[in-house]
Amino acid sequence: MPILSLVTFFPLAGAVLLLALPRGRGKAVKLTANIVTGLEFAATLLLLRGFDPGTAEMQFVERAPWIKSAGIQYLLGLDGISLLLVLLTSLLTFLATLSSWKAVAHRLKEYYVFLLLLEVGMIGVFVSLDLILFYVFWEIMLVPMYFLIGIWGGERKLYAAIKFFLYTLFGSVMMLIGILVVRGHYGTFDWTAMTGAGTFLPAALQGWVFLAFALGFAIKVPMFPFHTWLPDAHVEAPTAGSVILAGVLLKMGTYGFVRFSLPLFPEASRKFAPLMVGLALTAIVYGALVSLMQKDMKKLVAYSSVSHMGFVILGLFAFTPLAVKGAVLQMINHGISTGALFLIVGVLYERRHTRLIADFGGLSSRMPVTAAVFLVMAMSSIGLPGLNGFIGEFMILMGVFPVNWVWTAVAGLGIVLGAGYMLWLYQRVMFGRLESPANASLADLSAREFATFFPLIVLAFWIGIFPKPFLAVIDKPVEKIVRIIHPETAAAAVGSGPAEVR
Amino acid sequence: MVPIDAVFALGIALFVLGLFGVLFRKNLVVMLMSLELVLNGLNVILAGLGFHLRSPRGSIFAIFVILMAVAEAAVGFALILSYFRQKKTYDIDKLNELKG
Amino acid sequence: MFAWIPLFPLLGALANGLLGIKFFSRKAVQAVGVGSVALSFLASAASFVALLRGSEDVLVARLFSWIPPSLVPLADGGTAAFAVDLAFRYDSLAAVMTLVVTGVGLLIHVYSVGYMAHDRSFARFFAYLNLFTFAMLVLVLGANLAVLFIGWEGVGLCSYLLIGFWFSKDAAAAAGKKAFLTNRVGDFGFILGIGVLLFVLGTIDLGSINRLAGEGALTKGAATAAALLLFIGATGKSAQIPLYTWLPDAMEGPTPVSALIHAATMVTAGVYMVARLHALFTLSGLALDVIALVGAGTAVYAATMALVQFDIKRVLAYSTISQIGYMFLGLGSGAYAAGVFHLMTHAFFKALLFLAAGSVIHALSGEQDMRKMGGLRSRVPTTYRVFLVGALAISGVPGLSGFFSKDEILASAFASGPTVAWALGVLGAGMTAFYIFRLIFLTFFGPERMDEAARLRCHESPPVMTVPLRILAFLSAFGGFVGLPHLLGGGAWFGKFLESSTGRHAGHLAAGTEALLMALSAGVGLAGIYGAYVVYVRKRGAPAFRLKERFGALHRLVFRKYFVDEFYDGILVGGILRLGRLAGGFDLKVIDGLVDGAAALTRRLSKISIFFDGRVVDGAVNGVGAVHRHASRLLRRVQTGYVYNYALAVVFGLVIIMALVVTVF
Repeated sequence: MPILSLVTFFPLAGAVLLLALPRGRGKAVKLTANIVTGLEFAATLLLLRGFDPGTAEMQFVERAPWIKSAGIQYLLGLDGISLLLVLLTSLLTFLATLSSWKAVAHRLKEYYVFLLLLEVGMIGVFVSLDLILFYVFWEIMLVPMYFLIGIWGGERKLYAAIKFFLYTLFGSVMMLIGILVVRGHYGTFDWTAMTGAGTFLPAALQGWVFLAFALGFAIKVPMFPFHTWLPDAHVEAPTAGSVILAGVLLKMGTYGFVRFSLPLFPEASRKFAPLMVGLALTAIVYGALVSLMQKDMKKLVAYSSVSHMGFVILGLFAFTPLAVKGAVLQMINHGISTGALFLIVGVLYERRHTRLIADFGGLSSRMPVTAAVFLVMAMSSIGLPGLNGFIGEFMILMGVFPVNWVWTAVAGLGIVLGAGYMLWLYQRVMFGRLESPANASLADLSAREFATFFPLIVLAFWIGIFPKPFLAVIDKPVEKIVRIIHPETAAAAVGSGPAEVR
Repeated sequence: MVPIDAVFALGIALFVLGLFGVLFRKNLVVMLMSLELVLNGLNVILAGLGFHLRSPRGSIFAIFVILMAVAEAAVGFALILSYFRQKKTYDIDKLNELKG
Repeated sequence: MFAWIPLFPLLGALANGLLGIKFFSRKAVQAVGVGSVALSFLASAASFVALLRGSEDVLVARLFSWIPPSLVPLADGGTAAFAVDLAFRYDSLAAVMTLVVTGVGLLIHVYSVGYMAHDRSFARFFAYLNLFTFAMLVLVLGANLAVLFIGWEGVGLCSYLLIGFWFSKDAAAAAGKKAFLTNRVGDFGFILGIGVLLFVLGTIDLGSINRLAGEGALTKGAATAAALLLFIGATGKSAQIPLYTWLPDAMEGPTPVSALIHAATMVTAGVYMVARLHALFTLSGLALDVIALVGAGTAVYAATMALVQFDIKRVLAYSTISQIGYMFLGLGSGAYAAGVFHLMTHAFFKALLFLAAGSVIHALSGEQDMRKMGGLRSRVPTTYRVFLVGALAISGVPGLSGFFSKDEILASAFASGPTVAWALGVLGAGMTAFYIFRLIFLTFFGPERMDEAARLRCHESPPVMTVPLRILAFLSAFGGFVGLPHLLGGGAWFGKFLESSTGRHAGHLAAGTEALLMALSAGVGLAGIYGAYVVYVRKRGAPAFRLKERFGALHRLVFRKYFVDEFYDGILVGGILRLGRLAGGFDLKVIDGLVDGAAALTRRLSKISIFFDGRVVDGAVNGVGAVHRHASRLLRRVQTGYVYNYALAVVFGLVIIMALVVTVF
C-alpha cells in the first residue's frame, strides 16, 4: 500500500471535499475540516506500526518516474527524523484546525482549504527524497501560507505576507540553483542514490553549494540575521497560522540542514561550522535580548523562537551524536511548546482582541486553568527538568561542551535570559492585580480549547519524563549522519565495540 | 453490416440539421440542443468509420467527444441559466453585448 | 523500598492540584496534603531502619533509562556513551536528608493547616507544598547530577510558585520571579559544571564521580573548574554571596513556606550537593578555600544586615543566609559531616523560629514590623517559650543543638580551614546571638506598641499550630545530642554515621584546644545575648539609637542592604534590559531596515524603469496602438454582436476553405 502517498495527499482529498460543500454551511465545513485533519493524524500514527527503528535506511519508499526526460522521480520515503516531524505536522495541523473553530469567521471554506493544502505541502517536504520533488513541496507550501496571512491576518497583513513570501522565495531560488549543481555532479536528483554513491562534490564546489542551500534553509529557520520576516509574519498571521508557522515551518529549515546539507556536503559543513555556530549563538543571545523588550505577546514568542532555533542549529553543527540527537528532539520540543504558547496567545486574543502585554495582568484569578496551562508551557519553553524542553537543551549543551565549552557557556546565557523574558511575561499577564475592567469577566478555557492543549501537555510531560521512544527512532539516522561527517569518531566507536559505560 | 455510405449519410444529415438549428433558431436552449446534434453527427461518423476500418480509435475519439459534450452542455446550460436570470429571456436577439 | 519516599507527596500534589481545587472539601485537602507527607515520613523512617540493619552502605534503585546512550567525545580523546538513568540512591546522607525533609516538612504541613485555614486557595497551597516536598526528595535521592537537577529546578519552581502564592500582590509576584532568575544564574554555573564532569569523566553519576575522583582520574585543574562551577550553582540555591538577594524578598510568601523552603530544606540544597560530591571538592584545595571564605564572609555579612532589620521575617531570612554560610564554612574546611550536622540542627531551630514568628504574625493579624510589637510574652506564652528555645539554640548556648553543630564547624575551620574564615565565624556567632535576642526583646519584652485593634484581637495560636512548635522546640533543644562530641562523653555518632557517604574528616585537634574553642564559642554566644539584653532591655534601645545617630551613614548603608539590590537592579538587570532595548532597536532599524531598504531600492529601480517604459517603450507601443485604434473603428461595423451572425460567418468561411481545398487538390 502506498501509505506515504496516502498520508501526503489525504488532506488534498479533504480540501476537494470541502470545496464541494455548499457555501452557507459553515458548521459542516468546520466539522469536515476537523475530521479530515483528525483522520490525517490517525493515519500518520499508523506509520508507527510498520516502522522499524533499528535501521537508518529510508522506509516505506515509493518510487515512480515523474518527468522522465529530466530524470525527476516521484520518490517518497521516511526515516526516524522525518517520522517525528510528520507526526508533529499532522498533530499541530489538527490542533490548529480545532483552535480556529471560533477564531475564523469569514471565508471559512477557503480558510480550511488553505490549511489542508498547507498540510500537504509540509508533509510532502518531510517525506520527499527527490530534490526536485522536495523543492516543489517546499514552494507549494508558501502559497497557502501567503493567503492565510494575507487574508485572515491582522492590520499589516499584506506587508507581512509579501515580506514572508519574498524572503522565503529568495532563499529557495538559491537552493534551486544549488540543487541543479548537485544534479550536475551526481547525474540524478535521487537523495538515496547520492548518499549511497560514496562520493561527494569537489571541495571547492561543495562550499558554494552548501552556502546556496544554507541560505534557503537559514531563512526558513530563521537564523540571525535572516529572521526579521518571522516577527511580522507571526504578529499578523491568524492563530492557527502562527502555530503552524512556528511549529512546523521553521522546522523545515533545520530539517533541510539535517537531511541535505550535512550528509551531502560534509566537508563544507565542517568548514562552515564555526560560521553556523557563531550565527546560532548570536541568535540565542540576541533573540532572547530582543524578546525581553517586546510589548506584544506574539512578537515576544516569535523572537523566543529565534533564540530556541539557535539551539537547534548549535546542536546540529556540533556534530556529536548527543548534540545532533538533542537538536532533532529540540525541533519537536519547540513545535510543542511554542505551538502551545501561540495557542494561548490566541485564546487571550479571542477574548480581548489585543495582544499587548500591558493590557493584561492578574488573569490568574479569572482563568486558573489557562494560567496552569500557560505555566506548564512556559516552563517547557525555558527547559525545566521533567518537561520536554530540558531534554533537548541538556543534550545539546552536553553534546556541545566537548567540542567547545565556550559555546556551551554562551548558550547557557540564553537559558538564563530565556527564563527572564518568559517569567516576566508570565508575571505581567497572569500575576498582579486585576486592574482593567475588561479583564474582569474573562471566561476560562472552554472544553474545546482545553482539548487543543491537552495533547501538547501530555507530550511535554511524556518527552520530559520518558523520551526514550522518541530518541530511539532518531538514534540510527543521526548516527549515520554523524558517521558521514566524522568518519574517524565512528570508526573509533565501532572499534571499541559497545561504548564503554562508566 | 451497415454500408459505410449509409453511416456517412446519417452523420452528415444530423450534422447539417444541427448546423441549421444553431444558425437560425432564436432560442438559446434549442441552439444548445442543436449543438449536441452537430456533435452526435460527428460521433456517428467517427464510430462508424472506426468500425469500418477495424480500429478502436474511432470509438475512443467518439467517447472523448461525448465527454466533452457533457462538459460543454453543463457549462453551456449554466451560462444560459445565468443569462436568463439577468435578462428574463432566452431570445438570442437580445444578446448582443459583443457588439463592437 | 526507599524509592517510595517521593511517590506519596507526588500523588498528594496531583490529587490536590488536579482534583482538590475543584472537588475536595477542606478536610479532604488537608487529609491528602498532610497524609501524603506523613506516609513519606514513615517510608523514610523505615528505609532508615533498613539501612541501619542492612549490610549495604549504598542502595541504588534504577527506575528506567531516562536519556538513552549517545556517544560523546572525552577530554582524553576517547569516547563515552552518555546515558542518564532515572535512578535513586540511598545512603546515610540521603537518609539524613529524607528524614529532615519529611520530618520537618510534616510538622510544617500540620502547622499550615492552622495557618492557612482562612485562605481561599487552600488546595492550591497544599498541592504546591506537596509538589515541593516531592521535588526536594528527588533532589536528595537523585543518583546522578541530572536527576538531582530535576529536583534542583523543581524546588526552584515550587519556590517560585509559593513565594508568588498571593500573586495579586505585585511584590510577591516580583519576588518569586527574582528568586527563580537568581537561581537560574546559579544554574548556569551548575550546568557548565556538569559539562566539565561529563567531559573529563564521561559520567555524571554521583557514585562514579566520587569514586573516579578518589581514584585520581581528575586533574587538579579540572576538579577546581568543576567544583567552582558547581559551587556557583550552590550559591544561587543556598543564597550565598553574590546570589543571596532573592532570599529576603522571598519572605513575601506565606510563613510556612518561608519555614519549609527558605529555611529548613531548599536553601540547604547547595550544602547537600557539595557534601554529596565531597571527593570532588576535596581534590581542589582552592575550591575548598573559596567555599570556606564565601561561607564565612556570608555568615558575617548577612548577620550585619540582620542586626538592623525591623521586619521579623527578614531578620530570620538574613539569619538563614548567615547560618548557611556556617554550613559552607564547615564544608570548605573539609568537615562535610559537620556541615550536614548544622544543616540538620538549623532545619530544626530555624523552622521553629519561622513558625513561631508566623504564630506571632498570626496573633497580630498579619503585622510583621517589630516596632509595632513588644510585650507579647504574656499574650502568646507558648509561642514565646518555643521561640526562646529556638533563639537559645541558634545562639549556640551550650547543651542545645546549635551549640554542637556550630562548635564542630568552628573547630574544623580552626583545624583545617583558612584562619580568616574561622575568625569571621566566631565574630558571626556573637552577632547571631545579638540579633536573635534583639528580636526576642523587641517582640516579647518591653511596652506593647501595637495599636488598640490589634491588641484586642491578639490571641495564642490553636493547638494545630502550637503542637508542631513544641515538637520542633524539643528537637532544637535535644537534636544536637546525636552528634555529641567525644570530649563531652559522646560518640560523635552523627559524623560516624555519615562517614560512609561524606568521608572521614582528617583534621584533628588536641583535646585542650578543642575545649578552649568550645568555651570560646559558648562565651561569644552568651556575650551576644548579654549585649542584646543590655541594649534592648536595660537601656530600652537607647544605645542603638545613639549608634544610629553617630554612624548614620554606616547604618543607612547596612539598613539599605549595602545597596546591593540597587546595584543588581540598576547595573545588571537594567543593563540587560538596556541591551535588550538596543538589540530590539537594532533589529527594527538596522536588520529590518536593510530588508525594507532592499525592497525600497527595488521599488526605486522599478520606478526608473517605469519612467523609461512610459516615455520610450510605451511611446512606441502607444503609437502602434493608435494606428490599430483608427483601423478598428472601420472594422467595428462588422461586429453586430449577434452570435448567430458570427456562427454563420464561420460556416461560410469553412465552406469556402473546403471548396478551395477540394478544387486545389
